[in-house]
Amino acid sequence: MIVTAAPPRSPRHALNDGDLRSLLLIRHFERALLRLFEQGVLSGTTHTCLGQEYIPVTLSALLRDDDFVFSNHRGHGHFLARHPDPHGLLAEIMGREGALCGGVGGSQHIYHRRFLSTGVQGESLPVATGVALKLAGTGALACAYIGDGTWGEGAVYEALNMASLWRVPLLVVVEHNGIAQSTPTSAQMAGTIAARAAAFGVRHHHVTSTDVGEIRDALAPLVDAVRAEPSPLVVEFATHRLGPHSKGDDTRPPEEIRRAQESDWYDRHAETDPERFARLDREQRELVERVVAEVSARPLSRPGGAA
Amino acid sequence: MTRVSEHLNQALHDLMESDPSVHLLGEDVSDPYGGAFKVTRGLSGRFGSRVRSTPLSEGAIAGVGAGLALAGDKAIVEIMFADFVALAFDQITNFAAKSTSMYGRPVPVPLVVRCPTGGNRGYGPTHSQNPQKHFIGVPGLSLFEMTPFHDAGELFSRMFGLGRPCLFFEDKVLYTRQMYRTDDLFRFELVDDVARVYLDGAGRPDCTLVTHGGLVHRTLDAMRALLLEDDLICELLVPAQLYPVPHLPGLEDAPHVCVVDDGTEGGTWAAEVATALYPRLWGRLRRPITLINSADGVIPAAPHLEREVLVQADSIRAAVREALS
Ligand SMILES: Cc1ncc(C[n+]2csc(CCOP(=O)(O)OP(=O)(O)O)c2C)c(N)n1
Ligand SMILES: [Mg+2]
Repeated sequence: MIVTAAPPRSPRHALNDGDLRSLLLIRHFERALLRLFEQGVLSGTTHTCLGQEYIPVTLSALLRDDDFVFSNHRGHGHFLARHPDPHGLLAEIMGREGALCGGVGGSQHIYHRRFLSTGVQGESLPVATGVALKLAGTGALACAYIGDGTWGEGAVYEALNMASLWRVPLLVVVEHNGIAQSTPTSAQMAGTIAARAAAFGVRHHHVTSTDVGEIRDALAPLVDAVRAEPSPLVVEFATHRLGPHSKGDDTRPPEEIRRAQESDWYDRHAETDPERFARLDREQRELVERVVAEVSARPLSRPGGAA
Repeated sequence: MTRVSEHLNQALHDLMESDPSVHLLGEDVSDPYGGAFKVTRGLSGRFGSRVRSTPLSEGAIAGVGAGLALAGDKAIVEIMFADFVALAFDQITNFAAKSTSMYGRPVPVPLVVRCPTGGNRGYGPTHSQNPQKHFIGVPGLSLFEMTPFHDAGELFSRMFGLGRPCLFFEDKVLYTRQMYRTDDLFRFELVDDVARVYLDGAGRPDCTLVTHGGLVHRTLDAMRALLLEDDLICELLVPAQLYPVPHLPGLEDAPHVCVVDDGTEGGTWAAEVATALYPRLWGRLRRPITLINSADGVIPAAPHLEREVLVQADSIRAAVREALS
């Protein structure tokens, strides 16, 4: 197991404009979603990745166009970091024209190019293993995002076993935010993810940093090995969920929520580089406002007519 | 006035209080969360380790419940969304249900699997289904569904009394409705297992509808429109036990029978009800029993698309009018 350094107070690597834009796009997009829910404009449910945005943003530069990405219920960031198409995603969530999947899938069920999400936990890992089996030798990989709680599902283990046996290029990105819906990890997971990976002979890398550049540097050779060998890899991020599980359902004590918020990248980046941050922050906020206005004005979606 | 979710919650409190052998397991069922739909609120505080929030492990949750039942206790397990009961299919059908008879002698397995069902909430294809039909005809397994007319405590006692595993479906929209209320036009009474909802003082109805708990309000809306706008009198039968299909009272005089089922078309509960009724009513029916189901398709997330797929009051009304025309 390789452990990266503890989070530095200020980022060691300066974020490039592209990464900062991506982080801010996701943040403002999801804040807008929560607002739209409050206004009663959205139906169903939504799971925001507030605080975890840096994970897919970090990964985006390590992934190739021919890689296949599997996402889950908390997938808006995974999508936007790979496909900066907030119009298509919002249209999907709102059931408007130009929706990625005609409005059929909604927030949790998206299939766009080589990005696929599903709302049933653990379901994606065997499928990702199958896709990786097909991709083996091409240099492309299958990347699957899962949460810590999803390690409760048996399918995760069945897939890891096969992925290791058959040496497939599978990158499992674990967003370990210490909680599953309302249940802390300590109450739903015995042992560790590292030991689980080890049991299957699968390489495991633990990330505690939130610094995009630093994490990327550490991950790049490991991801290259996934492609070249090929072989599966589990990358576990220690991260924090700032918001509720879905909406209005956060039963954590206030001090715990505050502790999670202290780890947020947003304020830290705002302090380090105030002028540039303020400019890009405004730019992305305004972009999202325009997207909301435009998409809200569109007619309702019809399946089959998707963008 | 009590909401269905509160009524269920009270029934669980009463049950666990009166029977110390009852355990309850499920994802996020403990306080302060109290379950995704708050049906288990307050239980973990009162009953300690008899109530357990579990990992995300539907198969094992059902299996652990079956183990507690096998060992002489009783278990209620909650599947957060009924869609995920697919992950527990093996434990329920190949272990819990079969164990009651596959060892050459009766083995009691008092296990209730609670499954919040149904759509009309915009949750999308994997959080909106009515999977009842997938469990019909499994030897050793009974299916029940919550209705606004049946006392949940009595249903839990009945299910445990069977000594075999039961699935208990609870429609998520029904949670928010009131118990024991119909509509100002209609009254209800219980005839054995079955709630009979009828127009007070009316004679023989033009059509008798049969449905399950989750569709009661949509069916009542249709009955109201059929009466006020089409001059057609309907009566409604709502069994709490879905399978085996119980005796449905009073159908001998029914000029027409229509079964309304929120499950998707194909291999349906509605067809099972019709199969049970045909031998009994053959020769008296004037036309085939009408079956109304949700469309043969996934349940879309977008409300305007979801609405078209699921059974709605207007589709029930249209089907009844067409059958009687
Ligand atoms: C099979 C299955 N069981 C339960 C759920 C309901 N559910 C959705 S997300 C979630 C918690 C997931 O926790 P985790 O994997 O840690 O991801 P996080 O939400 O923390 O990102 C639960 C219980 C589900 N979607 N699928
Ligand atoms: Mg988690």
